[in-house]
Amino acid sequence: MNTEPQILTSPLQAVVPLTSRRTLLAAMAATSALPALAQFRVEVTGVGLTQLPIALPAFRGEEGAPQKISQIIRADLERSGQFRNVDAAGVALDETSRPEMAQWRQRAADALVTGSVTRLADGRFDVRFRLWDVVKGQDLGGQGFAVTQADLRLVAHRIADFVYEKLTGERGIFSTRIAYVTKAGKRYVLWVADADGENAQSALSSSEPIISPAWSPNGGELAYVSFEARKPVVYVHDVASGRRRLVANFRGSNSAPAWAPDGATLAVTLTRDGLSQLYRISSHGGQPTRLTQSNGIDTEPAFSADGKTVYFVSDRGGSPQIYKVAATGGSAQRVTFSGNYNISPTVSPDGRWLAYISRVGGAFKLFVMELESGNATSVTDTSDDESPSFAPNSRLIVYATKQGGREALMTTTLDGKIKARLAGQGGEIREPDWGPYQKY
Amino acid sequence: MITFKRVSIALSVAALLAGCSSGVKLDENAAAGANGGANTSGAASGVAGVDLTGSQIDADGGPRGVGRVVYFDFDSFIVKPDAQGLVDANARFIKADPSRKVTVEGHTDERGGREYNLALGQKRAEAVRRSLNLLGVSDNQVEAVSFGEEKPAVSGNNEAAYSQNRRAELSYR
Repeated sequence: MNTEPQILTSPLQAVVPLTSRRTLLAAMAATSALPALAQFRVEVTGVGLTQLPIALPAFRGEEGAPQKISQIIRADLERSGQFRNVDAAGVALDETSRPEMAQWRQRAADALVTGSVTRLADGRFDVRFRLWDVVKGQDLGGQGFAVTQADLRLVAHRIADFVYEKLTGERGIFSTRIAYVTKAGKRYVLWVADADGENAQSALSSSEPIISPAWSPNGGELAYVSFEARKPVVYVHDVASGRRRLVANFRGSNSAPAWAPDGATLAVTLTRDGLSQLYRISSHGGQPTRLTQSNGIDTEPAFSADGKTVYFVSDRGGSPQIYKVAATGGSAQRVTFSGNYNISPTVSPDGRWLAYISRVGGAFKLFVMELESGNATSVTDTSDDESPSFAPNSRLIVYATKQGGREALMTTTLDGKIKARLAGQGGEIREPDWGPYQKY
Repeated sequence: MITFKRVSIALSVAALLAGCSSGVKLDENAAAGANGGANTSGAASGVAGVDLTGSQIDADGGPRGVGRVVYFDFDSFIVKPDAQGLVDANARFIKADPSRKVTVEGHTDERGGREYNLALGQKRAEAVRRSLNLLGVSDNQVEAVSFGEEKPAVSGNNEAAYSQNRRAELSYR
């Protein structure tokens, strides 16, 4: 057990390649009125069966700091659906304190996080924390970080990951990123944001639509479909440098890019042979090889995490259903049998679940199927769900939907019990894709 | 050099006259003077006037006075009989000049998934392309693409809007 905080210094500074752009963007956001950038508030609804009650009093020094570290951690843990916040207002503790366990047991907290934020002479911030198991009265460890202001949110997310992993035994996803698209008037923007929706940075702005962003397995690139050439074509875009390459611009329409887990090839939908069919192509472009063969529409490929299977949508049977085929090609097997409109398949990284959209009586609803049994459950109350994507730990799904007539991004636990809205301001927001663990 | 210049002017005047009289084959009823060739003096400094007011080419480069949009019924990819006249007229225009190119842009209404709608829009564009092929338009003059639900002509969540958005547009840009 750690009793002394470790100082991890520079790695976090080098960790986020977009740091300098982030500071610049923060300055820009303060002055310009970009819709959907300004505020993402987390609204969490629902009650979970097993939620660990955790107390997160304010970190000493966070009142005067640019970011409220304890609040970012709290929101992360609540959004996971596996934690419930215990009120800790007015409590003054830090990572060196020896908290009174009886007091916290009385408040029905099972865990407690304390910490501090101190501004250093060189303008950076020293952030430290400690995690306590209140039930056993045990110190579960802590860490310290020296980071630039721009990385304060990232530090909070790393602490949330530490807490989550110590208490659930599973890997946290709070330091990951999401991509999504907004539309405001005739302006389309592809954004890269933290998993909580904050810190959005524009990867691409266009006056023509952008759809289907897809993170590469190493989190460094985004594939997407752009209509800038007045037809849909597929680009692969290096997020840190902004350099991009045209990967598919064959005759007709090119769309629905999906990365194979090796990061070297994509599956795409091409119409070069007359109908929408699936092909494999190198992520650097070149000649495609055909993957599916049908007399209908084949589209929306999605690789399994082991790269061996491609799930996809086909209406070869008369209406769009989800099928799967070996990644090397061959005959396809049908996967969905309920309803007459099932699209947008995505497989959880642990291979256990399939999320997709099913039209039920005119409403488009997010379903989660347990692959082994084939049992599928509707997990939302909304009727315009789109574009589901799993978090890398397979525990959450991000999707787009409409609430009160306005487009929104939501996350949900797989049972549908805990939902969080990543609220945006103005504009229309859609097409989310959850990025992988980053190797910081 | 002077000889070259005189010959080249003569050639360019001749080319202009030739272009005016054979390239723009659209207007079968054009008066003799409407399509140029007005320089009858043959002088090297003459100008061959071109009168666009009788031209059959529209500002977008496509056929003037001819529709560009084919509408489709719900869940359908069939070019209906009432669109056949429009398709015929566009086919004639395209065939008149092998250098002409048209893009058929397919669209859907906003209901349903974006990628599946992209594929449905493609089916509509392909249906129009096939109709053009059947009328003798060669394949290298037509490309069929889709915008799916991304570029509605009319906004709204009702059948009136949806029916205006289920379409294929012939684009000469």
